Order: sequence, then structure tokens, then C-alpha cells
Amino acid sequence: MTYALELIEKGKRIDGRKFDEFRPIFLQEGVIKNAEGSARVKIGETEVIAGVKLELGTPFPDTPEEGILIVNAEFSPLASPDFEPGPPGEDAIELARVVDRGIRESKCIELEKLCLIPREKVWCVFVDIHIINHQGNLLDASALASIAALRNAKIPKVENDKIIRGDFEKQLPVIFKPINITVAKIGNNFILDPLLEEEEIANSKLSICVRDDDKICGMQKQGSGTFKFEEIEKALDLAIEKSKELRKLVK
Amino acid sequence: MKEVELIKNGKRVDGRLPEQMREIEMLVDVVTRANGSAKVRFGNTLIVASVYGPKELYPKYLQEPETGILRCRYAMAPFSTEERKTPGPDRRSIELSKVIRIALEPAIFLEDFPRAVVDVFVEVLQADGSTRVTGINAASLALACAGIPLRDLVSACSVGKINDTLVVDLNGKEDNFSQADMSFAMLPSKDEISLLQMDGLLTKDEIKRLIEIAKNACKKIYEMQKQALREKYKGE
Repeated sequence: MTYALELIEKGKRIDGRKFDEFRPIFLQEGVIKNAEGSARVKIGETEVIAGVKLELGTPFPDTPEEGILIVNAEFSPLASPDFEPGPPGEDAIELARVVDRGIRESKCIELEKLCLIPREKVWCVFVDIHIINHQGNLLDASALASIAALRNAKIPKVENDKIIRGDFEKQLPVIFKPINITVAKIGNNFILDPLLEEEEIANSKLSICVRDDDKICGMQKQGSGTFKFEEIEKALDLAIEKSKELRKLVK
Repeated sequence: MKEVELIKNGKRVDGRLPEQMREIEMLVDVVTRANGSAKVRFGNTLIVASVYGPKELYPKYLQEPETGILRCRYAMAPFSTEERKTPGPDRRSIELSKVIRIALEPAIFLEDFPRAVVDVFVEVLQADGSTRVTGINAASLALACAGIPLRDLVSACSVGKINDTLVVDLNGKEDNFSQADMSFAMLPSKDEISLLQMDGLLTKDEIKRLIEIAKNACKKIYEMQKQALREKYKGE
């Protein structure tokens, strides 16, 4: 573990990347036939699948004319020896809620267009994130897979109150591409796309979600270290810059 | 979401100015069985926190040979909210428990008690916005009150944007209809940020200004926390 730290102090990384360089990203849409939208993302060896399912439901009383977004993450024990079977732990819950907030606050889904009958019937958009292989930076991979799956999702046809699966009405209205970038702080160095080994030595991380217009739609500090005031600005600059590169990958 | 008028003639729904906090009350040692405890009120938000430990951690396989560990549990009383809150942990309180732990950890010399655990319980008795940060203020006082070795107290507050105005210490209504809100905690004498959470839409410049507002508010809260601790030993 000290090896990774030693390298960082010398300005290097285990896999030879620059501090602000991502591993190669592979993104494939429409990988799950039974889902209304889906995407598989590989960042280096880290692999995540996000699936979008649509169901009919009743709207929340305070938003009677809007569809509903629900994000869930499953840290399946197949993906890492650190994941245990059972209900989602705090890390899975946090990840799902951070991805949820990024999508929700960016207002990328036009939820008001997902209302069929006000107060009675709206579309519920379920985004389910499955981790397939955990080699670090799950959050950025999960957020990328989720927005790609949403951009790829279609609304099914409805006849006599029943969903006709596999028959589609139109594209799900998703107008922005929020991108999550996690900045990890190791010593006094900031790196992007941390490997698992780098995450273990990071004092703290700041995940920043950036919308197409460079507005910030979510932030979450993680890890038990701290940030200095001027470091927040540096992290924001890094995230805004890098988000442009990742956004190009999403259709 | 529909626009709700939250600022009228420069005043907020409860008559405050944008950078004015609610009335704050802090009291330590309110749970006599705990090693340390505190009650903190920000307007109508009322929180009690208590600390147990450091004590030996069981089951043993959870022990860390090099360091002590901190556990936090954030919970809302069923009567604390308008609609009854179903007891027991939900996804929100599981996330907030983690976030509170992360905000406090950098302040504690956990390495001083290997194999041990410090338990922090944060109970929301009445909720009117900013519960997690009020909980952090209470928990930090409770830790100090329990005599846990600390690098610094942790002071926390919420900031946000409502009706295009940047404000501090959001109440429940402002929280619900805000354009953005940010939970913030820092170690005031070290000028280090230990919690930063934001949702909503902000420009980079607005974030910088909000952090500055939050920093100033935290420095004031810090003074009140120190005063609350001094009160405890005044008569002794």
C-alpha cells in the first residue's frame, strides 16, 4: 500500500497514468433486452451495468403532475470480496443516493412529461445499478452508466392501463447529461479516477456532478480526511474540465 | 417544482435576514447515563446527542488493532416530523449516519484507543430543516463532554440558495423549496472542511460564496459551543 503512496508523492501512479487521466472508458448502450434502457460501463477493470425499468404508479402528493425517479444500487457479492450478501449497506445506499441527486437536481429528466393522469397515474423511472467488478471509482462509473441508460431508455406503449412490454411509444425525455467526477485527495495531491489501491490510501474524496452548462448539481465529500478551502475550488475546476470529456461518450 | 415565495422585502419566511441564523441554544450533559451528551436547538430543530465509550468493541473481529473506530447512528423520532416518521432506519438515515461519522472522524484522536469503539447517537426530537448539521454540532459537544481527545470541535451549518438569494441555516420550508442546499462542517481552529454535501443547481462562483458564508457562520457556532462547554464547569 505504501508503494502506491510513494509513487503519488513522486508524481506517478501505479498504472502510469497522469493525475487527471481516466483509465480507458468503454460504454455500450442497450445491453439488456428486457430493460427499457440500459448501459454497461467499463472504466479500466471496473464494470457497472445500469438498467432502466418503467412502471406505472401514483405520483407523490406534493408533485401530482410529475413522474417519479427511483435509483437503487446493488453491490453484488460477486463483484468484490468486500461485498456481502444481504440488504444494501451504507456504501451502496450512499452511492445510489448521490447518483439519484445528480440526476434529479440536474433536472435532466423532464418529469412533468411523464404524467398520464394528474394525481393518479404517472411513470415511475427505476434506475438499478449493478456492480459487476470493483476496481475503484464505482461512483463515476455508476453515474455514467445511469445517464447513458436513461438517454437510451424508451417509454413503452400503454393499452387499457396495461404496459405493452417491448412495444415503445417514444424516447424517455432526458435533456441533459450530468457527469459525476470524483476527485481523490492523497497527501496534498489530487487524482481523478482512483484505482481501488489509491482509494484505500486517499484521505478524502469529493464527488462533483456537473451539468452540460458547467453548473454544479451535486457534491458529496467522502472519506475521513478534510479539505482546505482553496482545495475545493481546485477540485471544482478539475471536475468541470474533465466532465466535458466524459460527456462526449454519452449519446 | 413550483416557485414558492420565500423572501419578501429582503426578509425570510421567519423574518430573518439572509445571513442570519435562527435562535441557537446549546446545553451539555443532558443524559446522565451517557459519557457525554448535548442538546442543541436551532430554531424549531431540536436534537439530542449522546456518546458512549471509548469501550471495548464486540464482536471481537470488528476490532481494529491500530485504531479505535467511531460509530454513528442518526435517527428521527416518529413525532419529529409533520407526517409520522416510521421508526427504524431508512435509506436517508443510513446515509446521514455515515455522513455525520465522516464529518466527526477527522476531529477525533481515534488512534489513541486501538480495539475500542466510540458510539455516537443522534436523535432528532423535532425537525425543521438542517437536522444533520445540528446533529453534528450536538455530537461534537457530546464528544468533548465525554472527554474524548479531540483535535478540535466540529462546527456545522447549512447554507443554500432560495429565490436567487444565498442564505444560511435553512429551516424546513426553505429546505423543501430551495434551489440548492449545502450541508457544511468544519474544524474551525484548523480551517479544514470535514463535510460538504450539495444538491441543487449552483455555479462555481455561488459555491465559493456559500462556503464563505458557511465558514463565517461556523465560527460563530464554534464560539457558542465553547461557551456551552464552559458553562458545564462554571460552578465546579
